[in-house]
Amino acid sequence: MTKRSWLTSSPVAAVVLPIIGLVAAITLWWGATVVFSIEPFLLPGPWDVLVKFFDQPGQLLSETGTSLLETIEGFLLAIVIGVPIALVIVRSVILERLVYPLLLMVNSIPKVAVAPLLVVWMGFGQWPKVVMVLLMCFFPIVISTAQGMKSTPTELVELMRSLNATRTQEFFKLRLRYAMPQIFTGFKVAISLAVIGSVIAEFVGATKGLGYVIQQSGASADTTLAFAAIALLSVMSIILFYGLVLLEHILLPWAQEKR
Amino acid sequence: MIRLNGVGQVFDGREGSVTALEEIDLHVRGGEFVTLIGRSGCGKSTLLRLIAGLLVPTSGSVQVAGEPVTGPRRDVSFMFQRPALLPWRSVLSNVMLPVEIDKGRGGRGKAEYRDRAHQLLELVGLQGFERRLPHELSGGMQQRVSLCRSLMRDPQVMLMDEPFSALDALTRTELSEELQRIKMELSTTIVFVTHSIEEAVVLADRVVVLTPRPGRMREVVDIDIPRPRSLGQDAHLTEVAAISGRLHALLSEKADVRPVDEVPR
Ligand SMILES: Nc1ncnc2c1ncn2[C@@H]1O[C@H](COP(=O)(O)OP(=O)(O)OP(=O)(O)O)[C@@H](O)[C@H]1O
Ligand SMILES: [Mg+2]
Repeated sequence: MTKRSWLTSSPVAAVVLPIIGLVAAITLWWGATVVFSIEPFLLPGPWDVLVKFFDQPGQLLSETGTSLLETIEGFLLAIVIGVPIALVIVRSVILERLVYPLLLMVNSIPKVAVAPLLVVWMGFGQWPKVVMVLLMCFFPIVISTAQGMKSTPTELVELMRSLNATRTQEFFKLRLRYAMPQIFTGFKVAISLAVIGSVIAEFVGATKGLGYVIQQSGASADTTLAFAAIALLSVMSIILFYGLVLLEHILLPWAQEKR
Repeated sequence: MIRLNGVGQVFDGREGSVTALEEIDLHVRGGEFVTLIGRSGCGKSTLLRLIAGLLVPTSGSVQVAGEPVTGPRRDVSFMFQRPALLPWRSVLSNVMLPVEIDKGRGGRGKAEYRDRAHQLLELVGLQGFERRLPHELSGGMQQRVSLCRSLMRDPQVMLMDEPFSALDALTRTELSEELQRIKMELSTTIVFVTHSIEEAVVLADRVVVLTPRPGRMREVVDIDIPRPRSLGQDAHLTEVAAISGRLHALLSEKADVRPVDEVPR
């Protein structure tokens, strides 16, 4: 009992456990390349990848920066557009019926198919990438925000009514606040998709970014470079995700209790 | 203070309409403590919500302080069965919610009320907990916060819907003593719904017995036991027991009117 509670509750364990998991996975990877003596151009070992990164760290980090910027811009844009749309949808059944199928349709389009079109429409700059990220993140943000706005307990709504609160007060002091944990869940789903979106967009018509690096390394059979780029992508994803988790802890301390 | 004349409430549901209340005539005097008892579903909550202005009666009229009720009033407070605290607000800030809402609508400033909030929290023994979040409190403490919140606007009328039913017996006794004290001090008019017959008797000047389907007033019983009364050690056990017994009998009688009221459309 004491052992379990330490492993689940201690903040030290919360940091140490993921690291143990990560180290174990990397060891397994390394073990596989050694035991089966796999050629580095098929599957490079962790060490090869690390060496590759330190060959040209500045270059790779700058590509990471490009992808990171696109990801964050697209994600923020998705919030700025998605949250208000969700708020409007929740207020009106008519609008919900009008807009929801459209959203579903847009979401069901394979985003890879759209990537070349975006290039045709917007050129080779960062815009098609930002828009791709937006397309990827938009839906989970809208859904979770709408869901959150609908989840206000009737009891609390009745409390606000009995206190003679205006509609605006009810919205800001109750509904929106109550929806925040669910909105954040949407953000956390969206941020991982955002990273994927930026890579997809960079596969097509880009001259910068980690997606571009991966695509180029495929063409020149530089598997190790591809792995280095992929590793950077995962690190970026993880940092963005835990950044959101941290923000949630700071902004919504009351919501932790529900877990 | 509260006057209900021929009040009826019919709900239109999916499977036809339900008559929740019928022909309710009730006059609650200023400063009076009325408890409502009746079986589950006989319309007690509906009656409170009508007085609170959260619901418009389908027939009859509701008056508070001589004025017809058209919506929630500032001088009427509603206390729910569950604490209904906003989970992101501290205890103090939850208690301040009513005056904050007033301020948003052009009421007086917040600071003047802060002392009042502290005073109320102290009254219910929650001094030192002002900064805690609701989930850090026990159910009984949360219900005390809710009580403070409903006292914040110095209401003339307090409507309480089974406010203590989720509490253990001891806390319940304490809180009902507290409520009587507050009531005697402030001469607030209270309408209090409960499932516990003993609680109804101990608290009330008058007990209103409702029968279900449709909800009607079966009887109104005056309680003449001197105050303060208690459910605890020095309880007025014999008197309370005698009246409770009668109320038990009333409640377990079959409703004397139509057995089923679901009218198909
Ligand atoms: N909003 C509503 N829509 C439809 N029917 C309702 C609504 N509110 C209450 N009713 C019906 O009215 C009747 C009385 O409900 P009410 O909640 O007032 O009962 P109650 O006496 O408070 O019961 P309990 O003791 O279980 O709380 C019930 O039959 C219920 O189904
Ligand atoms: Mg009820």
